Amino acid sequence: MECHCQKGMHIFEDHFIPEIINPESGEVLPYGELGELVFTPATKEAMPLIRYRTRDLTRLHAEPCECGRTLVRMEKCVGRSDDMLIIRGVNVFPSQVESVLLEMSETRPHYLLVVDRENNLDTLEIRVEIEEQFFSDEVKELEGLRKRIKANIASTLGISATIRLVEPGTIERSMGKAQRVIDNRRRL
Amino acid sequence: MIIKQLSVFLENRTGRLTELTAILAANDINISAFSIADTADYGILRMIVGRPDAAAEILRKAGFAVKITDVVGMIIPHRPGGLHKALQLISDNNVAIDYMYAFASGDCKATVVIRAESLQKLIDVLQEHKMELLQEGDVYQV
Repeated sequence: MECHCQKGMHIFEDHFIPEIINPESGEVLPYGELGELVFTPATKEAMPLIRYRTRDLTRLHAEPCECGRTLVRMEKCVGRSDDMLIIRGVNVFPSQVESVLLEMSETRPHYLLVVDRENNLDTLEIRVEIEEQFFSDEVKELEGLRKRIKANIASTLGISATIRLVEPGTIERSMGKAQRVIDNRRRL
Repeated sequence: MIIKQLSVFLENRTGRLTELTAILAANDINISAFSIADTADYGILRMIVGRPDAAAEILRKAGFAVKITDVVGMIIPHRPGGLHKALQLISDNNVAIDYMYAFASGDCKATVVIRAESLQKLIDVLQEHKMELLQEGDVYQV
């Protein structure tokens, strides 16, 4: 649960042992590092679990909170480990792309990531729908928008991506979990 | 004097323009002039049509990103030097042109569609020098 300081959720360590692991190797990571949250319930008797994998990606912080509680705190989840893509060795989450598009006033989070491999190098293309109210009939304006998206993506993800502007409504909407990624590398 | 131009965002995909012209044809909308600014992934189609507001509404319903932009149509003689003389006048008066395209008709005249940073300034310059301007009635369908 979260205290009034809003510095993350306190985890009741009397009952649960939280740990952060590397979702690939399973190795336990130190406090403060980003990885997958796993829980081991300490008091549950009927159905014991050991390092139950939540698939949530977050960080744990051990320093006592300003509210005085000494329980470990978890940050807001940045994504799900099963959504994670590794592109050119960098961990990329679709949720990061979503947050970039949400922060920009000219874009809405309708996007599709297309990952491919060319000449043994991973490539990332991000298709972003154009918003009619921000559609300009001048190439320089649209190219300016494309470059701004590209720059924001590069600073958030740490890798560069090709940005392709597409017509509104052409990216599939789904009611449940949206299909946001096409990874063509798996076919190779 | 100011003509409404229809601008449409088009993905660079085989048949996409045909889908658009099919819609305009089915709705009895005439195209007087058009040009496409193309980039690697998409194009911007700019058209002068008979019923711009209706066309924008119809295309929007069909899922296109549409915008109406004000432009000026300048009528010049369809002969060597006709365009040059007009452009010289525009540049001498420091009017910056964003883009333009032209269509020539059989009656010894050509029409140049111009989008400029300051349309009013462009109109003032052209009128001052007695250049003929395209009127709404010349292109709009009744």
